[in-house]
Formats: sequence, C-alpha cells, structure tokens
Amino acid sequence: MDNLYRDFILEHYRAPHNHGALDPHDLAFADSNPTCGDEMSMTLVLDASKQRVTDVAFDGRGCAISQASASIMTDELRGMTLDEVREMDPRNVVANLGVPIGAARLKCALLGYKVLQGAVTGVTSRWPDEADVLQKGPVS
Amino acid sequence: MVTAHVQPGVFDGAALRADFPVFDRPHRTGRPLSFLDSAASSQKPRAVIDAVADSYAHHYANVHRGIYELSEDATHRFEAARDALARFIGAPSAREVIFVRNATEAINLVAYSWGRTNLRAGDLILATEMEHHANLVPWQQLAAATGASIEYVAITDDGHLDFDDLRARLARGPRLLAVTHVSNALGTINPIVEITRMAHEAGALVLLDAAQSVPHMPVDVAALDVDFAVLSGHKMLGPSGIGALWGRRDLLDAMPPFMTGGNMITRVTLDGADWNEVPWKFEAGTPAIAEAAGLAAAIDYLEGIGMATVRAHERFLFEHAWAALSDMPGIRFLGPDDSDEHAGVISFVVDGVHPHDVATILDGEGVAVRAGHHCAQPVMLRYDVPATTRASFSVYNDLDDIVRLTDAIRVTQRTFGTA
Repeated sequence: MDNLYRDFILEHYRAPHNHGALDPHDLAFADSNPTCGDEMSMTLVLDASKQRVTDVAFDGRGCAISQASASIMTDELRGMTLDEVREMDPRNVVANLGVPIGAARLKCALLGYKVLQGAVTGVTSRWPDEADVLQKGPVS
Repeated sequence: MVTAHVQPGVFDGAALRADFPVFDRPHRTGRPLSFLDSAASSQKPRAVIDAVADSYAHHYANVHRGIYELSEDATHRFEAARDALARFIGAPSAREVIFVRNATEAINLVAYSWGRTNLRAGDLILATEMEHHANLVPWQQLAAATGASIEYVAITDDGHLDFDDLRARLARGPRLLAVTHVSNALGTINPIVEITRMAHEAGALVLLDAAQSVPHMPVDVAALDVDFAVLSGHKMLGPSGIGALWGRRDLLDAMPPFMTGGNMITRVTLDGADWNEVPWKFEAGTPAIAEAAGLAAAIDYLEGIGMATVRAHERFLFEHAWAALSDMPGIRFLGPDDSDEHAGVISFVVDGVHPHDVATILDGEGVAVRAGHHCAQPVMLRYDVPATTRASFSVYNDLDDIVRLTDAIRVTQRTFGTA
C-alpha cells in the first residue's frame, strides 16, 4: 500500500479536526467527487470585516484520504484572509498529506480544497489540472 | 478406476491464464496479479491480440468500398465477424446485428432513432432502479426531448427487481422497458423471459442491456424474446471500440438512421440521400475493422470453452467467494445470496473503511477490484451507501484469487483497526 495509510492519516480519518457544521455561518458550499460519489460540505465564519476566516468546519462521509486532507487543510485556515484562501495552491494541500498521492486518488486528496474554493468564490470550482499537481510538486 | 472429484463444469482458471499475456506483466509488489475487475473491462487472450494485429498486417483495407482483393478480403472478414456474433447471441439473422462502439452507443442509437420517431408527449418509458447510467441517461434525455415521462421499477432489499412494482408500472402502458440482464452493481441475474412476457402483454417493447451477461453465460436473444439487445466487445475478452446492437428486423427497418454519412446511404444528391439497408443504414463512416476481427476471435475463444462452462466456472467462484467473505466479520453484501440469481459479481462494503481505501490497500496486495458507484448511483442511493467495493470474475480467475482477496481484506481491516 506504499505507506499511504500512515498512522497520522488514520488518526485524522477516525477523529477529523474541524468536523461538523457551523451555524450561523457566513459561507457554505457543498461539492462531490464524481469517481465515488462522496459528498462534502463546508461552513466558514468570518470576522467583522468579512475578509478573514475565524472558524471552519467540514462535513460528509468519505475515504481516509479525503477526510484526512480536509482535516489537515482546515487546521490551517483560521486567520487567513479570503484572498489568501483563494490563492492557496492545491499542490501544497496534497503535499501536506505527507504521503504519496497518485492520479487514482488525487480527487480524494483535493475534494476538501475544491469545496473550500467553492465556498470562497461562490461558484463550483474546476478540479485542478492533474498534471500540474502531480508533476510539478509542492511550491515553497 | 478412481476418478478425482472435479467440480462439474469447472476448469482450471490458472492454466487458462497462460493464454492472457497481461498476467506475465510483473506487479510492482512482486505478487501475482489477481484481476477481479472484469465487469469493468476484461483482459484479452493472445488469440484476440493476434487477430487484431493480423487484421492490420495482412487483411487491412476499408470495407464495403474497394473493388480489389484486399478490400474484398477485409469486407468478408468484417461480415464474418457479424455472422459470428449473430450466431453467438442467437440472433435470427446477422442483418439484425449492428456494429457500434459499445453498449452505450447502442442504447443511444435506439433512444435517438426509435425513441424520437415513436414517442410522444404523455408516453411512458420504463427503466429500473438497477440500471447502469448508460441505460438511464439516454432515456432521461429522450423523455426530456419528447415530453414522455420515465419511471423506474423498484428493487427489493435483497437485490431483486420488485415484481409487484413492475406489474403495477406495466399496467400504466409504457412504450418500452429498458432492463439489464445482469446488474453490474449488484450481480443480480434478472429473469428476462418472464419480464419480457409481462412487458409484451402490456404492449411494451423490451431493450435488454446484455453487456454483463453475454460475456459470462449463454445468451439467446430469440429465446429471451426481447426486442433490442446491446453489448460491448471489451467486456467479453474482445477489443475496446466495438460493440453491438441487435434489434428485431421489422423495428430496425422502420427506424431512421442515427448517424449519417458514408456507407449508410445508397444514393446521395445535393438534395438528399436514400438510406442503405440494415444493418449498414446504422453504420455511418469507416467502422472498427480490426476490432471486429478481434471480437470474432474472442467469440471463438469463449465458444472453445463453452458458455455453459464459463457460467458454471464463475458460479463456482461466486459461491466460494460469497462463503469466504460471509465468514469474515464486518462485511456487508449487496445483491441476492442465491447463486442461481447471481452472476460472478460481488459488491460489498467493509464496515468502517471507505471502498476507495479498500481498493488502494487491495492494490498493494496485487488484487485489482473496482471501488465506487459503478456508474449506478441510484443503486448506491437505494442501499444508502456512497460506494461499494466490487470483485468480478472471468474465465482466468480461480480459487487462489479468492484467497488473495480475503487475505487482502484482512490486511485492510488490520490497517484500519476495524476487525
């Protein structure tokens, strides 16, 4: 299994951070992975300026990779501005998982990112280009 | 004389694997490959690969065109493939067999050509909840285009079509029933003879999705008494890019072309065209010539084993796999548990582990399975699962594959600490 299921991935899967739904919230979005039909929703609370994330939660059922990726990604969001969120690089989301992700599981790793981009742009975002994410690797 | 007990009708899948070059390819783990995803697409025997290469090397020219030896040779072989397929599926005439890309295209052909000609606003189309998306979406589109409505026959908790529901919906007078022979997501074998009798009594035509049955059991479209049947070559040990529609001659004759262009005409002027006869009326443009040769070789290979033997072999594997998985904790099945009603397709859920994770861990053990909704999202919704893991069998599988499958599921459960 090429070390995909390292302990910390499984820990995030069993007890994901930022899991559930925030109510009230300022932004909400839901999207799905067409390969498996997994659905994920995300709610965000913003500060008074409505430009900075103060809280985030994601919900839905999915595989270990999609759940761990959303769990790890959402840990980073508090304090970020919406512009910073919109400029997040999907390569870093994949790299932050710390395990080898191939083409077959890339959508799993990026489902949380895609839902988040939908939430901060208001429209369903495209899947990041596979070749870009897999071949160029993480940006520093 | 002492005779070893041999399971009736079952052959040595491992010996047969020698015919399939893919099994010589080393898996990255160094383990043998257990290929359990034949319901998605099957592997190809050397005979099929050679037939495709031989077509290009020695028999290739465009068909139905050239007045020269090579073209006549190519045309003869292409039409011989049609004859072979007609015989294989019990079609009364090879003229009723139309080559298309795959079962999906065949269904679209009927939906566009028959459907848009014959359906009116207020007409009813009947499909079932267990259909592949290929046997749902074209009918939904047809309904939207014509103003017809579409309803779906329900499935029971144990994975059968609900006959009470079928009876009730047939009483509403649908024009057509689109039904699968074998469910790719549940493994259910539907009792088509009975379903067709009921549908015809109600005045409905029957389109049979035979993509999952023709590769795995004897199928005779005349005996089943359906009106249309569709299949894909790539699921029956043949090449991708070729499939077929079989249809009753009177229906095909009355249908307008689906796609238009060369080959499907008899005469073209700048004002219009006259259509060729069936089947060529429906075969616009240059067809899959080498693939037809490969398909004929696949049919020859399957007939060499015998379809009743293929079915017995896969039934034997199904029974062993079902029993072995039933003995394990934390496994839930979809579909009927009776092997009379279940093809060599096992759809299951490992409690606490998403099917994608199951498939990834199984891949690490050399076991190739499908994980997902199997292009049958309504089935997933019906059983309230986002996805399942699916193991499906073909002639090259044997009991070792089932041992590797169950061992790999145990690895999965250990990894996730669920059993």
